[in-house]
Amino acid sequence: MRYQSQRVAFWYFSAALALFAVQLLGGLLAGWIYVSPNFLAEILPFNIVRMIHTNALIVWLLLGFFGAAYYLIPEESEREIWSVKLAYIQLAILVIGTLGAVASYLVGIHGGREFLEQPLWVKFGILVGAVLFLVNISLTVLAGRKTAVTGVLLTGLWLLSLLWIFAFINPDNLSLDKMYWWYVVHLWVEGTWELVMASILAFLMLKLTGVDREVVEKWLYVIVATALFSGILGTGHHFYWIGLPGYWQWLGSIFSTLEVIPFFAMMAFAFVMVWKGRKNHPNKAALLWALGSAVVAFFGAGVWGFLHTLHGVNYYSHGTQITAAHGHLAFYGAYVALNLAIFAYAFPQLRGRAPYNQAALQGSFWLMTGGMAFMTFTLTFAGTIQTHMQRVLGDYYMMVQDELGLFYMIRFGSGVAVALGAALFIGALAWAPKEKAAPLPGVAPAE
Amino acid sequence: MSELLTKARARNIFYGGSLVFIAIFVGLSVHSHRYVVNTSTAGMDLSEEVIHGKHVWEKNSCINCHTLHGEGAYFAPEVGNVMTRWGVMDDPEGAYEMLSGWMESQPSGIPGRRQMPHFELTEEELRALAEFLRFADQTDTQDWPPNDAG
Repeated sequence: MRYQSQRVAFWYFSAALALFAVQLLGGLLAGWIYVSPNFLAEILPFNIVRMIHTNALIVWLLLGFFGAAYYLIPEESEREIWSVKLAYIQLAILVIGTLGAVASYLVGIHGGREFLEQPLWVKFGILVGAVLFLVNISLTVLAGRKTAVTGVLLTGLWLLSLLWIFAFINPDNLSLDKMYWWYVVHLWVEGTWELVMASILAFLMLKLTGVDREVVEKWLYVIVATALFSGILGTGHHFYWIGLPGYWQWLGSIFSTLEVIPFFAMMAFAFVMVWKGRKNHPNKAALLWALGSAVVAFFGAGVWGFLHTLHGVNYYSHGTQITAAHGHLAFYGAYVALNLAIFAYAFPQLRGRAPYNQAALQGSFWLMTGGMAFMTFTLTFAGTIQTHMQRVLGDYYMMVQDELGLFYMIRFGSGVAVALGAALFIGALAWAPKEKAAPLPGVAPAE
Repeated sequence: MSELLTKARARNIFYGGSLVFIAIFVGLSVHSHRYVVNTSTAGMDLSEEVIHGKHVWEKNSCINCHTLHGEGAYFAPEVGNVMTRWGVMDDPEGAYEMLSGWMESQPSGIPGRRQMPHFELTEEELRALAEFLRFADQTDTQDWPPNDAG
């Protein structure tokens, strides 16, 4: 840690990990309700559990992004954050908003648009938090050294905050509601968030591999160009069946096929940088998580996304467990694993330690990734059967679901593996063993 | 690639190209917005009752179990075509009666099956919700879903 104000990131990451735990508890509970449908049915119905599961995910990923920005911008800009106080106020607003949202869901107060269920005051809180954040980091970046990493990161964060405005726009016409809803949901995860992901990944590659900045930053621009060129019109793959014009079927199919490219490029980039790099960085766990993120994002977002994105396929698979399979692996690979990579990299630095608990952090990668992969395979099989029975043969939904019980049991088991892996990760970051001696020569903890 | 594609060129391609795609997207969005209003949802009046029904749908977070036009949770049946499935698409009174009877009978109590919670809705809310679901059903969704099973 070179700059005192980077310390802010420690609290963002800690809050993010606490919410990650909440998300996984919600996920385990929802997974169990699939196995045993009447569990807690009266007290905590499935729709509330799912709201907590998805909302906690979104907020903790954002907290991770904000924390990552506060961590890497001082190093990139070569100066302290403009206002540390403002950063803590922003965190307080977001944490209070999140706790308020969870509490209000538990007593049945919520909106009704998927993922945007937050009560209006929480939505405003998020907006205020985002504005404080943008002001704070923009002033820091403008005053200091300007790099491609901070430029792309800022572009991504500004655009995603602007798109949040669509969270307030809820047209009475259902099809219009759906269309503008995707301006937040799709243009976040398949657009602006990719910019944030790519710039954090580029920062990690700079630090972990020691490859020349010119090379890393050129790759970064190429990756984010392919992300936005494909992702913006790729929104069309959500516009097939919600009342929009038929031309979206072709636009969506073509451009969302191209959406595989940025994820492939990020994977290639990460591996080429590691091969080219001469630096033997001691934080192997952070490197594993970063490479793992790029690989799993390629499979989850790229391959599993392509699997059902062509309109001729999507006509049958839309809104089945296939979508759930893709959603889980894509979010895990692209955003969960990348956040955990920056946490694993930054935590020792923020605590002024040499990398610690490396074996446990690497073990947690394999446990969580194995669990998520298995869950994805299971849901893909379930979704294939569902698609055939329901969409081809025309069997009724509940009858089809009765046939899928075994898959839901296996899915719960793989979810338990993910939760154990996450517990291992959080534990390994939180409890650092006592420092044995001074750091070995050649191991520079301050890098 | 190193001489032809410098970092500055890559940056310009990124920012310039993105603006082009944003412009195309905005243009198509304007067209799509008009198409929704004038064509795909124009088969039925967007009445006060339909709008009220949408609020009932949202207030009870139906989307976190059901799908509507294939979007939502995958825990309960598709309802974008439920009025067709029930055979009451062109019969507002029948739609209300079917929906009302269905909601009244929940939770169904069938052992081992998922249970829909019991929602306490007024007659006005139920009528509005039925109209909202008819509005959704009459939308031109490019022939999706493939069959009445949804």
